[in-house]
Amino acid sequence: MLNWKTGGLALGLVFFLAVLLVKPIGVSTQFVILDGIVWNAVDPTVVTQTEDDKYTSSNAYLAKSGGKYAKSVANPLNYSFVFVVAMVIGAAISAALRGWVPKEERVMPPIWRANFGDSHVKRYVAAFVGGFIVLYGARLAGGCTSGHMMSGMMQTSLSGYIFALGAFGAAVPLAMMMYRKEG
Amino acid sequence: MTTVILALVIGGLFGFVLDRVAATNPQYIIKMLNLTNLHLAKVILLAIGVGSILMFGGQMLGLVDVGHMSVKTAYVGVFFGGILLGIGWALSGFCPGTGVAAAATGRKDALFFIAGGLLGAAAYMATYPSIKAMGLLSKIGGGKVTLGTVPGAKYEGLTGIPGDILGIVLGIVFIVVAFALPERLSGAPAGKTQPAE
Repeated sequence: MLNWKTGGLALGLVFFLAVLLVKPIGVSTQFVILDGIVWNAVDPTVVTQTEDDKYTSSNAYLAKSGGKYAKSVANPLNYSFVFVVAMVIGAAISAALRGWVPKEERVMPPIWRANFGDSHVKRYVAAFVGGFIVLYGARLAGGCTSGHMMSGMMQTSLSGYIFALGAFGAAVPLAMMMYRKEG
Repeated sequence: MTTVILALVIGGLFGFVLDRVAATNPQYIIKMLNLTNLHLAKVILLAIGVGSILMFGGQMLGLVDVGHMSVKTAYVGVFFGGILLGIGWALSGFCPGTGVAAAATGRKDALFFIAGGLLGAAAYMATYPSIKAMGLLSKIGGGKVTLGTVPGAKYEGLTGIPGDILGIVLGIVFIVVAFALPERLSGAPAGKTQPAE
């Protein structure tokens, strides 16, 4: 693991590289795109091509902003989707080089175990419910920790500061109440 | 094709670094949020500062294309969505990017996070028309705005302060705060050393 100085510098360089070469980093939209890809595979009427190379959808969210999400669903080989696939590969390479996550931590982190016991089901339910709330919130906000907070505050976006205020304002008190025992 | 290669390189680096700074480890996320280990807070602050100084500095030198900026709209839902994300973040120890990257490192709980996330995103797709009708997506503070006015950018400034200089100053502030933050802010056990992780 990198210390915070080296790690923060490396992470900052990646965020800079992204905006230098392409555009700011963001992740949470791709949950919608993956949902759309699956949905459209089951029901091909979800995303449709209009004339002049544009796309639209029977779903209002996929159709918004001139159908840009619908277009990404129809063409998964676009920058933002491939970016997230590559992120998975990059994280896996790093983990492989350090010998993966220790076996006893693969189901839950020690601080969870210290506070809520060893039940796998309990941890999985919390992770699932947490994931649901996180992505619903991220889509309502129009971005997540990467897109809104890091990329946003780096660009001095007003929206990034509003998002960070809401996210930390809720997460810190809740985490302090939930995790009283050191793990 | 170039865009796909760029996506592979930058995305790959992002995933690699996320894992190396322990952002894929819910232990560190939770300990940042309950203020008992601020390692990741320092990483995040330093990264924002470094990114900001390089981007705005590069713009001033004409080396970075201002057109690559992408500022998101400010609206009421940004705050409420942030609160929801914060609740799920504390509960699970993952956010969207780190959750996906964590699953790639072999964490099984992260797979459940992703499954929940896909369902949550689908729920938003289904409820989007009513969210919109409720007025939660109405712009505030001018919508797509930066704190200062960035020369050459397509975004309005909240103030008339030169946005590139402000960006560099704020970048320095982020870095100073990263250095000034202590190791932990809450509940330091007296006379006890922190347990090894």
